[in-house]
Amino acid sequence: MEHIISILVENKFGVLARVAGLFSARGYNIESLSVAPTLDPETSMITIVTIGDDKIVEQIIKQLNKVVEVLKVTDLTETSHLDRETALIKINTNAKPEHRDEAIRICDIFRAKIVDSSPTTYTIEITGDVEKVEALINLLKPLGIKELIRTGRIAISREVAKVASRPQAVKA
Amino acid sequence: MKKSGAEIFVESLKQEGVDVLFGIPGGVVLKLFDVLHQQKDVEVILTRHEQGAAHMAEGYAKATGRAGVCLVTSGPGMTNIVTGLADAYMDSVPMVAFTGQVSTSLIGNDAFQEADNVGISRPCTKHNVLVKDVNDLARTIKEAFYIANTGRPGPVLVDIPKDITTDKAEFKYPDKVSLRGYNPTYEGNKYQIKQAAEEIMKAKKPVIYVGGGALFSDAADEILEMAELTQIPVTMTLMGLGSFPGTHPLSMGMLGMHGSYWSNMAMHHADLLIAVGARFDDRVTGKLADFSPVARVVHIDIDPTSIKKNVHAHIPIVGDVRTVLKQLNIILRSLDGNVNERKQQLKPWHNQIEEWKKAHPFKYQQDDKAIKPQYVIEKLFEMTHNEGIVATDVGQHQMWAAQYFKGKKPRTFITSGGLGTMGFGFPAALGAQRAYPDELVMCITSEGSFQMNLQELATAVIYKLPVKIVMLNNGHHGMVRQWQDLFYEGRYASSVLGKIPDFLKLGEAYGIPGWRAEKPADVESVIREGLKYKGPAIMDFQIYPFENCYPMIPAGGAQHEMVLEDPPDLKTKGGGSKKMEADDEGVLPA
Repeated sequence: MEHIISILVENKFGVLARVAGLFSARGYNIESLSVAPTLDPETSMITIVTIGDDKIVEQIIKQLNKVVEVLKVTDLTETSHLDRETALIKINTNAKPEHRDEAIRICDIFRAKIVDSSPTTYTIEITGDVEKVEALINLLKPLGIKELIRTGRIAISREVAKVASRPQAVKA
Repeated sequence: MKKSGAEIFVESLKQEGVDVLFGIPGGVVLKLFDVLHQQKDVEVILTRHEQGAAHMAEGYAKATGRAGVCLVTSGPGMTNIVTGLADAYMDSVPMVAFTGQVSTSLIGNDAFQEADNVGISRPCTKHNVLVKDVNDLARTIKEAFYIANTGRPGPVLVDIPKDITTDKAEFKYPDKVSLRGYNPTYEGNKYQIKQAAEEIMKAKKPVIYVGGGALFSDAADEILEMAELTQIPVTMTLMGLGSFPGTHPLSMGMLGMHGSYWSNMAMHHADLLIAVGARFDDRVTGKLADFSPVARVVHIDIDPTSIKKNVHAHIPIVGDVRTVLKQLNIILRSLDGNVNERKQQLKPWHNQIEEWKKAHPFKYQQDDKAIKPQYVIEKLFEMTHNEGIVATDVGQHQMWAAQYFKGKKPRTFITSGGLGTMGFGFPAALGAQRAYPDELVMCITSEGSFQMNLQELATAVIYKLPVKIVMLNNGHHGMVRQWQDLFYEGRYASSVLGKIPDFLKLGEAYGIPGWRAEKPADVESVIREGLKYKGPAIMDFQIYPFENCYPMIPAGGAQHEMVLEDPPDLKTKGGGSKKMEADDEGVLPA
């Protein structure tokens, strides 16, 4: 099954390679990866999406915890969480004249933004969960996608879930 | 006053109490060796190959429990220690490896003797660091030793570019280490320990299963106390040998692929396993699906990744083995002070184990013409009176040493378990001998393994390291030949080594005397002469080349499905036995 793993690490060279190595050494593919500094510039958050057997993912998480520069590991799949991805999609609009209008209509429905425009292309920005991003891509495909880039998913736990899991909070 | 990186390096080693390092110089580490050359506190042992340096550092560490140190140059110097790093990583050996690196301005430019040292060593080190600023050097070295020695020990690599050795910085060695992401758990969870104690007192067929973690944690006394308090029989992994006296009535010796019949049967029928610093390796468990089917498992280990990795633990306890056992023994003492009563309770279990032991003890057919390898080890054990340190290589001789060299004290049985590195034994013995110059150190090896690092004979002579080389010479890669006999119809694909070289003449070239035994009657005198000689010596035992090592759990078999002797059809398979008939002197085909 799919796992979204958040890994808080020290912001140093070599750390990402060690983290990624734990996946590759087991023949596990990283479906998506995102890394950026946190509020504290000395630490970074790595978000990895991987698909694998629960037992092996549990072992990878234990191994991740052992890496000296890893500060915290969370498997967000185990709790209620939000995940988002951004994609930039460059489409061709010169095949048929009505494609430019169609593109704008699709963007409206998805609340996507056109962030760059040329006489023959639009570049569209979309942020959302995977289903939304993929739905948009599928609708734009017939128009002709020239280039596509996705950030990979980032994820955060939902506070509501944390509160709800405390019995006294439920009563209130 | 500011110091150069090289001076900081040497001062830091002194602060860590390092008295010896093993290594070979080269272009980028000249400055380090130059500073080392001008002082006396840290001795440099120049080896003949970097792999030798790495295994010597391991041998030193396994014998003392303190991190061994090696220092090699960039590129090929570093790639030559990779086997040592991987070996140390698998067997949790504390080790700090310093590697030279090309100057920071050249890194990544395919400079002469450049290799990506941290990249290459990443999957086989506990931690590794490239030092990019001389101001970080002292702190990095402090952290390297701390990480190597604490928690589950392991190798740490520090990569030092050439310009860092000459750059200058103020030297201040840090008093303590602060690593946010590294805090090994030492104390066990009290509730879990209490649960474990209850299970232990309830169990009718319990077994204590001890691994190498017990040795690095110094837990031999605690294990002895637990076993005697509870009267639970103890079995050890290859790496755990020495953690419990092999001659103790509760000892069942080694378990696993070539372990004792009774220990494997006890494991299979146990209702409770108390795993102590062990990791349920496949050579121990055999077929996982049939492993100890009814046992509940208490698993004590400092490394959470070892727990529930292969076998489910009903009561996992993360912590330092010694600390946890101390906590556990306090409870056990209060629960049941009466050892006799406990003995009574476990009597049927003890009797059962005794029955298994009587049915299938370690056995071999003594012969008056050909030397049996087991006989050599038995004699050696007898004649050394349980003194000294044994280092082994890998293969049949290693298993026979584990089976017949009983009664070991902690850290006196040094072997390559996890990685199974042939060529480990001799340099490791030299490292152990350097740590304990006055102890008797023996390297039990075979001609196949020995030839993988025999260049270190020179190191033994030059540094006056009187290691006794006990060679079980069968002219084959013996374990490979055994598998070929059993599973490949006796086709000896690339496993015949022949009678080359003449090891006595080889020794002579290095100024090392040797003795050869060609028949059983020679064995005793060769051992006597070899042990008597003050200095390194070679004992060349020309053993029966087709002896197979039993009992054996065949690969993929379950622990209770041991093969106890050569199957009756072995002779018909056109393998070794036929050749043996042609030459009944025990002399090998060339």
